Amino acid sequence: MQKEMAYSFPDEVLKHVFSFIQSDKDRNAVSLVCKSWYEIERWCRRKVFIGNCYAVSPRMVIRRFPEVRSIELKGKPHFADFNLVPDGWGGYVLQWIAEMAGAYPWLGEIRLKRMVVTDESLELIAKSFKNFKVLVLFSCEGFSTDGLAAIAASCKNLRELDLRESEVDDLSGHWLAQFPETCTSLVSLNISCLGSDEVSFSALERLVDRCPNLRSLQLNRAVTLDKIANILRRAPQLVDFGTGNYAAELQPDVFSNLAGAFSSCKELKSLSGFWDVVPAYLPALYSICPRLTSLNLSYATIQSPDLIKLVSHCPRLQRLLFLIQVLDYVEDSGLEELASSCKDLQELRVFPSDPFGVEPNVSLTEQGLVAVSLGCPKLQSVLYFCRRMSNAALVTIAQNCPNLTRFRLCIIEPKTPDYLTLEPLDAGFGAIVEHCKDLRRLSLSGLLTDHVFEYIGTYGKKLEMLSVAFAGDSDLGLHHVLSGCESLRKLEIRDCPFGDKALLANAAKLETMRSLWMSSCAVSFGACKLLGQKMPKLNVEVIDETEPPDSRPESYPVDKLYIYRSVAGPRFDMPPFVWSMDEAVKILH
Amino acid sequence: MEGSVGYDNDLNLKATELRLGLPGTEPVSIVRRNKRSLQQVADDDCGVNGCKSDDQNETAPPPPKAQIVGWPPIRSYRKNNIQTKKNESEGGGIYVKVSMDGAPYLRKIDLKVYSGYPELLQAIENMFKFTIGEYSEREGYKGSDYAPTYEDKDGDWMLVGDVPWEMFITSCKRLRIMKGSEARGLGRGV
Repeated sequence: MQKEMAYSFPDEVLKHVFSFIQSDKDRNAVSLVCKSWYEIERWCRRKVFIGNCYAVSPRMVIRRFPEVRSIELKGKPHFADFNLVPDGWGGYVLQWIAEMAGAYPWLGEIRLKRMVVTDESLELIAKSFKNFKVLVLFSCEGFSTDGLAAIAASCKNLRELDLRESEVDDLSGHWLAQFPETCTSLVSLNISCLGSDEVSFSALERLVDRCPNLRSLQLNRAVTLDKIANILRRAPQLVDFGTGNYAAELQPDVFSNLAGAFSSCKELKSLSGFWDVVPAYLPALYSICPRLTSLNLSYATIQSPDLIKLVSHCPRLQRLLFLIQVLDYVEDSGLEELASSCKDLQELRVFPSDPFGVEPNVSLTEQGLVAVSLGCPKLQSVLYFCRRMSNAALVTIAQNCPNLTRFRLCIIEPKTPDYLTLEPLDAGFGAIVEHCKDLRRLSLSGLLTDHVFEYIGTYGKKLEMLSVAFAGDSDLGLHHVLSGCESLRKLEIRDCPFGDKALLANAAKLETMRSLWMSSCAVSFGACKLLGQKMPKLNVEVIDETEPPDSRPESYPVDKLYIYRSVAGPRFDMPPFVWSMDEAVKILH
Repeated sequence: MEGSVGYDNDLNLKATELRLGLPGTEPVSIVRRNKRSLQQVADDDCGVNGCKSDDQNETAPPPPKAQIVGWPPIRSYRKNNIQTKKNESEGGGIYVKVSMDGAPYLRKIDLKVYSGYPELLQAIENMFKFTIGEYSEREGYKGSDYAPTYEDKDGDWMLVGDVPWEMFITSCKRLRIMKGSEARGLGRGV
């Protein structure tokens, strides 16, 4: 009798309580308590995140969650970023939009990553959702400025339009003029990816003028330096700003105008853009440097001395700077300066300026990263490209920064050993996983044997994503990871001697992960078929652009393999070079 | 069923028992269809083992490496940005490589940016953090272990400063800061 009372809250009360629960994990847990909680929860879930668009079908999502207002979808595997996934692989959003158009008239937010978005999809969005507010297309492709024009014209209350890192067919700059005069709701606009064709600047100015809530604006490279002041004066409330081009002949009046415009932006905390930097214009930023928490100079090909000047001539910069992204022109000396000034640094990304050069063109080595690890105890996230590394350095970094959650190191030449001892870097990366107990993401490089995977399997208990290239000796390496890493969700591997044994022995593990990518490894076609047969909840897809995998012996290794769990069964939009190992589909393909 | 690893109808875990040594069956040969060269450690790649540029390797440029698809892992839009920058600047400037004996890195500079030898030498001193000695026509660079040299169009190694500036920037192919006796022994060009 008493037990029943505990569950006899009216639905409205439970619904109200659940409305405070935002995280997907918690909501999923809530839905498992009992049938009635499952029912109540599913009717009041407003936000859905789908990490793999092929893991579930639109219909299934709609059936379970009928009142969704916000959806986030991810498509292609991460290695698509590096051209390892052929064009036409998939990740089309159109069917999702089409089904949601009917089912979710109040859908307000769509966030997509690595998906193919056509103009047709954009036009459908514009037509179907009267309350559309947020469109984020992160690393997407397949659309043109025509599709953007449809969005601009129809979405009367658009708050966010973010096209970061997407590939857009830039047909005309006039799409911006399609925003009606009545549109004053923009809060965030990121057009940094647009090509060098002119964006209609006057339309942009007018838009910025009439949107008093605009907080985040990223311009594209076509916008010249002299125009920045115009924009900033119209939007002094900006918090996050991406310049276009930052190059012009030094003219005192342009400089003072720019400096004045920057200083009038009292809320500005984050800067990016900076294509083609002319160092003489950097001092225009000095007035806002003390407030900056995030600085992205990763397109700025300025030399170390200018970078050092920028970082060090801003007396209070150290207290606020959190994220810095630079090219390796910053060099060890620049990083040492950074380490002494920016004590609150949490995230550092250093990209290579000359990734394909045979000889190093800048003096950036492991020393820079060691210096930052020593000087910035709050460091959590690292992405670092360099040309040499040592176990000693990695051990030092691990000991200095036990709070690291993301560590991605790319030593540019594959299989590079410890430059001091010529040994593999197993011990160094082992120290990273051992000391950094909250490490969630790790990318390896350099010369590595199976031992590093033993460390990872032993210590990497919170590791969710692991990227491996040109590493390991045998299946034992892969086995260590699959059997040891309890939290593993995404594993991507290229050019490693991992084959059938570890994969088949750990087949069940794959159902607990989002996905596994293996390319240029040693997994045989036969093993893929076996996995496909035995694991119905996995989609096992073989990618081969040269010839069908069954035209060769079964022991032959497949070129690329993508395995992901799914409740939707095999997909039907596979291109000719993708083969599903699902028995049923194989016959039809 | 073919293949060197025998599969039964279910996952025969015993058969996939893992040990440290190589399994008894022959390993599946890995056929690499993507072309790439695996650089050996012993290669004179300056970035790995320290520069070997102080010996005869200097004149022979390293062989161009076959590019590995998708490596290093950089997004295309970043690669495009760097490329554009290179193309734009290559058109206008006179870019030459600068190396220094013992330094593990090279630099590239645009000779057009400097108006004369003093500026150039100052820039090089800053770049590599050392001092070049006093120049005299008779004795070359005194007061330092280093001497700035350059390779001209004919492949000869000359001391920087011997020819008029305009002639220098049109004939200079690359710069090298020589160290030690080699530097002192370098004769001056005609």
